Amino acid sequence: MKVGLVQEEGRTWSSYTTSSLPSDTRDAHICAAQLNVWYGDKLALHDVTLAVDRGTIAAVVGPSGCGKTSFLMCINRLTDMIPRCRVSGALHLDHLNLMSPTIDVLALRRRVGMVFQKPNPFPLSVWDNLALPLKEHGVRKRDELRQRIETVLREVGLWNDVKDRLGHSALALSGGQQQRVCLARALVLSPEVLLLDEPCSSLDPLSSGMIEDLIVSLRGRLTIVIVTHHLAQARRIADSVAVFWAQAGAGWLVESGPTQQIFDSPQHPITAAYIQGHRG
Amino acid sequence: MFSINTLSPSRSDYLLATVLRLCAVLSGVVLLLVVVFLVQEAFPALRHVGLVRLFTDDSWHPTEGLYNLLPMLWGTMLVTIGAVSLAAPLAILSAMFCQFYAPVSLARWYRRLIELLAGIPSVVYGFWGLVVLVPMIGNLHPPGPSLLAGMVVLAIMILPTIALLMEASLAAVPQEYLHGALALGLRRWTMIRNIVLPAARSGLFASAVLGVGRALGETMAVLMVCGNVVQIPHSVFAPVRTLTANIALEIAYAFGTHRSALFASGILLLLIVLGIVVVADAVKPRWTYGE
Repeated sequence: MKVGLVQEEGRTWSSYTTSSLPSDTRDAHICAAQLNVWYGDKLALHDVTLAVDRGTIAAVVGPSGCGKTSFLMCINRLTDMIPRCRVSGALHLDHLNLMSPTIDVLALRRRVGMVFQKPNPFPLSVWDNLALPLKEHGVRKRDELRQRIETVLREVGLWNDVKDRLGHSALALSGGQQQRVCLARALVLSPEVLLLDEPCSSLDPLSSGMIEDLIVSLRGRLTIVIVTHHLAQARRIADSVAVFWAQAGAGWLVESGPTQQIFDSPQHPITAAYIQGHRG
Repeated sequence: MFSINTLSPSRSDYLLATVLRLCAVLSGVVLLLVVVFLVQEAFPALRHVGLVRLFTDDSWHPTEGLYNLLPMLWGTMLVTIGAVSLAAPLAILSAMFCQFYAPVSLARWYRRLIELLAGIPSVVYGFWGLVVLVPMIGNLHPPGPSLLAGMVVLAIMILPTIALLMEASLAAVPQEYLHGALALGLRRWTMIRNIVLPAARSGLFASAVLGVGRALGETMAVLMVCGNVVQIPHSVFAPVRTLTANIALEIAYAFGTHRSALFASGILLLLIVLGIVVVADAVKPRWTYGE
């Protein structure tokens, strides 16, 4: 998706219309109600009501073009960067109203990390890839930088591979290693939410498995929302699953619930067919 | 039956390839002919005056047999270096504004404006320089027509071209980097300084080199505002004459060795451009991709 680049701190191109939240979902970490996203006149996401509990992994599945990425981008307000994008409904992170025009989006994005489908390390050294966000958010001391970078690289299982070449370009790494740098880069800011947009789809099975294990190891510490095309993966790692579907170009939420319930006793015929189609 | 024709490219492919090859050869031949012509015309001067005297004679007085090109060489170099040093930073700022700070609608109009500026004939810039800039500099520090005037007029002239090229190289920075930067909560300026500019530096550099090429060859505007006194300038307020202006001024009445010496200065210009291309290629910062 082409994202426009004008980002005015505290001011955005997109317009946000807030409505109130149903009371029974107020304990959830991320909570969306009647969330709509328009790109210009085109409705991209229609009436999504979804809650994600703290420390759990929520998988968002569905065919291409059903608004999964748009949903993720509402949570870290990357929607701000899309010209003529409008969002309406309610969306909260804890008690923070994400629809408010006055929230500090830079601070929000420190709390909500994101990893994209295609590994996108900056064309800098591995060290700079991780030091840049830290420095930007106020970590200046070399000792602290070093310690936080080492910790996070160990966490993503990359430390032994790159410890002797932290000064080398991150682009010289393999695809799987690059994606782990991106994951490390998102984690280095100690976010409370991690948004993963098909993080394994461009990787080989081995790298994909490593990323998957990493995601599972983060359960409990972070709230994770992962978009995936891979139903088996969703079933393996997710606590809850939300099935999105596209109708007349607009994405909507067919059904959401605990993983087991979605896979074993889907309530909606679309879910059942979708699960079935991927079983065979 | 199995004919060889069913395996080979079609007749129209051959035709196209032949035409394209012909075009490529033609442009190569044109360059070659230009060089041959220049050398042939410059040959009498090179033989009678010699290469050394073109740089060591007391001055440029062709009618008296003195052929020192050095003052004009200095003029060309100084005007060019000054113009590019003025224009390149402004062009980067303009490109950053257009690409990252201006709202979409404003950026579109701004870009059109710059494209329009790039299309203004150099003689018009020269007019402006002559009527507006030169008197201003004259008030500040007489006489007015000067190295400074040449630098400024040339800088304004090449600015739109460099700015457009630089904006194109900023736009070529992969979107993924920008998404990554925004998702990390980086401020716009951090993103531009630490990610966009390093990623685009090769293109930015190439744009500046193209600006150098244009500035070197510019004749008319420079001729109108520089004063055209043959001397190595001791300050930016001193008048200078460039190689190109020299050729344009004298070719109409020059004959014999004088005329030939002007062609020799043409070769000199060609060699400078060649040198810049070679140097630029050698020191060009590489893309960080695949390093």
